[in-house]
Amino acid sequence: MLLRPLPLFPLRPLLDRIVLAVAEKHPRLFRRLGEHSQKIYAIAPTDLPLVFVLQPDPEYPILEPERNLEDVSYDALVSGPFMKLMDLVEGRLDGDAMFFSRDLTIEGDTEAVLALRNALDDIDGNIVDDIVESLGILSLPARQAVVCYRKLRARASNDA
Amino acid sequence: MTPDTALPELICPAGTPASLRSAVDAGADAVYCGFANETNARNFPGLNFGKEELAESIQHAHNKGAKVLVAINTFPQAGRTCLWKSSVDDAVEIGADALIVADIGLAAYVHRTHPDMRLHLSVQASASSPDTINYYRQRFDIKRVVLPRVLTLPEIAAINKEIDCETEVFVFGGLCVMAEGRCSLSSYATGKSPNMSGVCSPASHVRYEQNAVGDMTSRLGDFVINRFSKDEPAGYPTICKGRYKVDGKAAYIFEEPTSLNAVQMLPDLLKAGVTALKIEGRQRSRAYVAEVVSAFREAIDDHMGGRTPDLQRLIALTEGGRQTAGAYRKTWR
Repeated sequence: MLLRPLPLFPLRPLLDRIVLAVAEKHPRLFRRLGEHSQKIYAIAPTDLPLVFVLQPDPEYPILEPERNLEDVSYDALVSGPFMKLMDLVEGRLDGDAMFFSRDLTIEGDTEAVLALRNALDDIDGNIVDDIVESLGILSLPARQAVVCYRKLRARASNDA
Repeated sequence: MTPDTALPELICPAGTPASLRSAVDAGADAVYCGFANETNARNFPGLNFGKEELAESIQHAHNKGAKVLVAINTFPQAGRTCLWKSSVDDAVEIGADALIVADIGLAAYVHRTHPDMRLHLSVQASASSPDTINYYRQRFDIKRVVLPRVLTLPEIAAINKEIDCETEVFVFGGLCVMAEGRCSLSSYATGKSPNMSGVCSPASHVRYEQNAVGDMTSRLGDFVINRFSKDEPAGYPTICKGRYKVDGKAAYIFEEPTSLNAVQMLPDLLKAGVTALKIEGRQRSRAYVAEVVSAFREAIDDHMGGRTPDLQRLIALTEGGRQTAGAYRKTWR
């Protein structure tokens, strides 16, 4: 919870850039959601003091940070440890298995969550790499952080 | 010692084009999938294939030496049979290697309209006796039957002796202990039929609620299906896998949340005359598909090479974190 004192406003342009880049690079992703592309998804990492709010409209996608879940009016809530959520987005983990093990919690519109999970799972390549590339001058440190994380993850996996 | 049985075909699930490619890359001999509509039994949001996507995917699979089996395995709704027939025509047009059907009228349509098309009888047809299978074989020239998940090994062996078509059995994934294609539990709770609309426990009717201490309640429609304590492994929100109070005691009265894993029975299944081994899970992710398919590819190759397969690593992907040999080693009758 060390991040709590940090303001959220520097995150807003970054998240804007990320969601627009993902929509542009993977035009089929949000279209695959059909009616669910107009839903509001709250994505709440259980180990971070913020909530990501996503509206995956194919034309005007929105991704914003919020401090408190109570301030968000959402259709569906997805929560879990941040790195596991990223592994899910990357297609490295199986959402059902995460749900069975209780690493992933969902509330609200289950159909919308399922649609988003299925659409994300159809992405070829690595969406985390796409996100890193979209960060402009922050790409380099972000890439280093991701490389570092993947090494740690691989080591943890080998140790298991 | 190497076995004297034929090499089985490994049949793998795909809910998206990316999953299909993962399955092929991981060693699938054939992939089964369906159109994004009510004609297939995994009609979930964001899942399945458009005609163009499926055409591209079939091409990809063929380039890699794998087959694509298209499941059109729900029962056509009265007055709307054209959707099922046009899906058959589309699948034939784009080069599917076989169609998996359950409905007798649709089987007749395929046999009459596309006589050269290979037909498989879906598990949804619940064909569990030689007489039934032989009827489909004689009338519609089905080449393979997918057997229901309620048969024992001796029963499968006995069936194979009395039929002259191939048999395919499930070896991993979700279990269904009902008379498949005839179960109305989900329809009763939601008004949507798994057999006619392809949605067992439709997500639109599923709700999960957490309380302050982390316990989770799952609901289907108006019915509470289960309550899981904070760290207890969860299962799918189907009525058959719900936990209900009987005489004041909560219990899984139909079926526990657990996955089938028949890898240890591979030699017995092949000796029983089974041709193809099927992995369940078109609703699962490409990560699941890649992991399970590669593990089973290895297991089959180990078995055929006279080595002992080990698939304990798959436990993390199972429902409720538990696995069973299911009806193959039936002890409850």
